[in-house]
Amino acid sequence: MPLAPPVLAGLEQLLGPENVLTSAEDLIPYSFDGTAALRQMPGAVVFASTTPQVVAALKLANETHTAIVTRGSGTGLSGGSLPSPDCVVLCLVKMDQILELDRANLTLLVEAGATTQAVADAAAAAGLFYPPDPGSMKISTIGGNVAENSGGLRGLKYGVTRNYVMGLEVVLAHGEVLWTGNKCVKDVAGYSLRDLFIGSEGTLGVITKVLLKLIPKPPAKRTLLATFAQMDQAAQTVSDIIAAQVIPCTLEFLDRTTIHCVDDYAKIGLPRDCEALLLMESDGHPAVVQEEVAQMVALARQNHCQEVRVAQTDEEASRLASARRTAFSALARVAPTTILEDATVPRSELAHMVRFVAAVAQKHRLRVGTFGHMGDGNLHPTFLTDERNADEMHRVELAFQEIFDEAVRLGGTITGEHGIGVAKKKFLAQFAGDAQMRVLRELRRILDPRGILNPGKVCDPLTS
Amino acid sequence: MTDRAGLGYLKGLDYAVVQQCMHCGLCLPTCPTYDATHLERHSPRGRVALMRAIADDRLAPTKTFGEEMYFCLGCLACMTACPAGVNYAELFEHARAEVERVGQLATPKRSLIRWFTVKWLFLDLRRLLFFGRLLRLYQACGLQCLVRRSGVLRLLPKRLQELEALTPDIPPRFSAGLIAEVTPAVGPRRHRVAMLTGCAQDLIFSEVNRDTVEVLAHNGCEVYTPRPQHCCGSLHGHNGEIELARQLARTNLEQFPPDQFDAIITNAGGCGSHLKHFSHLLAADPAYRKRAEAWDQKCKDVHEWLAAIGLRPPRANGAPPVVVTYHESCHLSHGQKVVAQPRQLLRAIPNLNLVELAESNWCCGSAGIYNLIQPEMAQQLLERKLDHLAATGATVVATANPGCQLQLLNGAKQRGLNVRVAHPMTLLAEAYRRSA
Repeated sequence: MPLAPPVLAGLEQLLGPENVLTSAEDLIPYSFDGTAALRQMPGAVVFASTTPQVVAALKLANETHTAIVTRGSGTGLSGGSLPSPDCVVLCLVKMDQILELDRANLTLLVEAGATTQAVADAAAAAGLFYPPDPGSMKISTIGGNVAENSGGLRGLKYGVTRNYVMGLEVVLAHGEVLWTGNKCVKDVAGYSLRDLFIGSEGTLGVITKVLLKLIPKPPAKRTLLATFAQMDQAAQTVSDIIAAQVIPCTLEFLDRTTIHCVDDYAKIGLPRDCEALLLMESDGHPAVVQEEVAQMVALARQNHCQEVRVAQTDEEASRLASARRTAFSALARVAPTTILEDATVPRSELAHMVRFVAAVAQKHRLRVGTFGHMGDGNLHPTFLTDERNADEMHRVELAFQEIFDEAVRLGGTITGEHGIGVAKKKFLAQFAGDAQMRVLRELRRILDPRGILNPGKVCDPLTS
Repeated sequence: MTDRAGLGYLKGLDYAVVQQCMHCGLCLPTCPTYDATHLERHSPRGRVALMRAIADDRLAPTKTFGEEMYFCLGCLACMTACPAGVNYAELFEHARAEVERVGQLATPKRSLIRWFTVKWLFLDLRRLLFFGRLLRLYQACGLQCLVRRSGVLRLLPKRLQELEALTPDIPPRFSAGLIAEVTPAVGPRRHRVAMLTGCAQDLIFSEVNRDTVEVLAHNGCEVYTPRPQHCCGSLHGHNGEIELARQLARTNLEQFPPDQFDAIITNAGGCGSHLKHFSHLLAADPAYRKRAEAWDQKCKDVHEWLAAIGLRPPRANGAPPVVVTYHESCHLSHGQKVVAQPRQLLRAIPNLNLVELAESNWCCGSAGIYNLIQPEMAQQLLERKLDHLAATGATVVATANPGCQLQLLNGAKQRGLNVRVAHPMTLLAEAYRRSA
């Protein structure tokens, strides 16, 4: 059912007509996020600039049973901000102010629409460090990062977005504003609602402000590349590094297909005659960095790497990391549709999982490019396909089912950092089990009794 | 490439080109119009989504769509940012051609202006230069000064007053009056090259063409500069007139047989980015396809060419040091990916201290004729550019495209910024002259 004219008129009155978009030309560009092969037209797109505006919009939506899909820059990879049919997309990119950098407490208070890059830059300008660096950090919003609990290349040592959220301002479905968390390092007053909203994918409330933890900037950093003739050797090197109790900042891996695509785009001279490439980065005290680098080089050589190259300058190091961040998009160079997954396994099972993905691809006659955060056990097998080829798309689905089953069997998870959204909704119940699903659904009903927040995502609410 | 079977330009386009965008959003932060508005419609992936919707029959090529295609600068910054390799230039040209085909934007005034400029004035350079001579006469006899001082211009609508103020000073002689048909190499001849003198470059900055030829000659090139020359068709290609662009490409191929030269040189970023794709433009033309392929191999931006053959650096001559910064023409950096070479050439000038300009590859707002049709957005971009320019402390800004050069000249004048705007070839030619 399309949006009722009184709802639109109400939104225009609350937000200003220039902040309510309804024409086809305006809506089509909001009918998708960063997820492949998903498209759904919203009923309207609205922009809020302040928390009171978000409150007013939610009150109206709740009273009129209007679906609200909160959106930042729309770079998500599980369809979390894909519109529900005829919903109102509540876009927060205009709420992008950096509100306070507290040097005494090492915290940063920002509005939800600020980009991850702006957060990282603000921290760096104060000589501090905000570690989470998802692939789309140049444009992804911090609110989106919190809602999806985004990861990045530095997860191994520094963790993910959750580990840096100290407080949140959230507008609840009926328009009430809730603050959870504060600048205290320790706080055990009540349940940690903050943790409930992190990764809630817009289903429990609308995050409007985020209080972030910053850390001192590591004084030294070294980046190295190692290439291998066999995938197993790279996986074994990663396992050996972890087993040697070395925790580098980054342990990324790219397979041959991904290496070629990335270098075709970035043209930074990645070695092309190898099956696997490890991008390793150590940061911290210079002496520790030196020792870690020496250990990693030795372990790579022990596993018969073809070559190890140490980046000579910061510039070269950052070019390598930036190039790695483009891996997913660069894979689109060789196929019209790229569908990536996010299966994650305990690190001891990595070599097995990498082999399994390759075998599944072969079995279903699919092209796959695999890259990922090997140090976290977080793989991104990416099927290179064409959404117009129904038969092949069906085989992609079968392949994913097998990959998820195997990941779960190995004690892993169906998503390491991209979220459930709609893309993995049907796998959640199998992974989470009955008890967890019941609690998830009850929580959702309590916080959003009318089911207006991001309907159709993550899980279905209990019907009352 | 064509309006296949009358389906329209976007539906006729190879679907793989339309489908290439996987909407990851990495283009958003590099798009000046998205940056200014935060609206997806004004972003590369939003525009590609609209084009795809038309190709899919989910949207008609509406007036709003047409306006959107002309709100895009066509700066191609998104192509530099795009890891997936979306050919935005091709999509954009076809989208504008589609807009012109369906005529949603047509008004009597717009049609008249388009006919006069795109289909008449720039279709035959003799007309353009004749028009330039009239303007020169008006400026040189003091009439312009008189008119401007008389206050009579205040009677014109505000937009016309603004446009009048943008009128460039026309030089006394055009390229043909400054450059011999054949310029011998200084010293032994190493290469034989042809020189494209362009339209705006010839009309407004003919001395840049002379300087380019001088620099080429100093680097062992015999330079062939025939006359009269013809527009390369980039204006037409970028503004929805693909057929006229093809016609002009053929004319250029006739005038400059690629097998007779080691290189065909252009010094204007906007032209170069179009000139290098004649084979694509004429892919369906059996009579010209082969020649166009050879042309694409030979066509070089002058900076790219000089860096490739190894620049003979000008000798030091005790000239006072000068601080120079470099503004990148969008179509030179994003369109042709010629980024390092102009800087490398500038650094070869002995007394020149090159300082980097913040956001050097962010559009200045000129964007072909964008500053004429979208004055507000163009002005915003110009202000941003001037802020960065002022912060460098440079007394000279080098740039290699006539549109940018004119835009920066006007901007510096507006703001009273004491900065010289010059093509890198002019700075190099001066250095050679000083050390002669």
